[in-house]
Amino acid sequence: MTTAVVVVSHSKALADGVKELALQMARSNTSVWAVGGTDDGGIGTSAVAIHDALVDALAAANEAVVLMDLGSAHLNTVMAIEMLDEDLRRRVSMADAPLVEGAVLAVVSAASGDNAQEVRARAEEAREMRKLIYGGINA
Amino acid sequence: MVVAADMRRFVERFAELIEQNADTLTELDAAIGDADHGINMRRGVRAVLERLGDEPTPGAVLKTVATTLISKVGGASGPLYGTAFLRASAAAGSKESLDDADLAALFSAALEGLRQRGGAQAEDKTMIDAFAPAVGAFETALAQGHPRKDALQAARSAAYAGSDATIDLVARKGRASYLGERSRGHRDPGSFSTALLFDAAASTLSGDGP
Repeated sequence: MTTAVVVVSHSKALADGVKELALQMARSNTSVWAVGGTDDGGIGTSAVAIHDALVDALAAANEAVVLMDLGSAHLNTVMAIEMLDEDLRRRVSMADAPLVEGAVLAVVSAASGDNAQEVRARAEEAREMRKLIYGGINA
Repeated sequence: MVVAADMRRFVERFAELIEQNADTLTELDAAIGDADHGINMRRGVRAVLERLGDEPTPGAVLKTVATTLISKVGGASGPLYGTAFLRASAAAGSKESLDDADLAALFSAALEGLRQRGGAQAEDKTMIDAFAPAVGAFETALAQGHPRKDALQAARSAAYAGSDATIDLVARKGRASYLGERSRGHRDPGSFSTALLFDAAASTLSGDGP
């Protein structure tokens, strides 16, 4: 069982950067796909581009978990999933998590052979992760 | 009756209004969003005009618009308008001409698609705040026995009024919701492009020719 992680951002550079950061924590053979920007290279998200990345990801892995940044990234991801053939659609799910922390957790989980449900659950733990330990400099 | 040529004129008029108001839409979006609504919509309608061909039915015209907007508009308005046009296309089916009831069903299907896609409710400060009153006004006017031309004018007025009403609202959906209370006092850009949509409909879909 393999799970691919698909990173969707409004910015291609951000998507690529998140992928790079997450892969640093995982084996290089883990499937991570970065997709961002509009068809003409601007800031935005494209349902068609996300759809194509999902098709590629699902050719390389049994399942795919998608992480998204702001606003329309979610709308366009939903649209992209609806555009997939039924047999592919059943193998995709979205994680409701902050993009950077969620992607790192997801990729580490996917690299250890977790299935999509486990990868998604790990990614969503990012919502509860604290960065500042109170009592220190912010006390 | 509305035939494919009428629907094409509607789309062309919408494109024209988007071109004329693109800077305004982007300025509205700059105030409470990501400053790309006019740019995105203009890119979308330009691609639509390039792709629009000799579609045989009103439904086919709407489908071309839907698929083009979905692939060419980068922001939330791509999937939202795309879904609205796609549902309208499905409601129109393969009929060669649409009567008043068909048009009402088409508007209603588009609105339902928007609601499902975006998950927005009334007064969330979104395009729903212009779209829903317009559809309601159209249906009410027809039910009262007014001719389609007048019903479309009622829809146009309701859409602009609905857009005006977004100024006083705090955004609960979309990018502006990140601003919270600071979104009050600004018009929702999507509600304005929606008003332009019904403006275009009022001048092209009355069924009495160009």
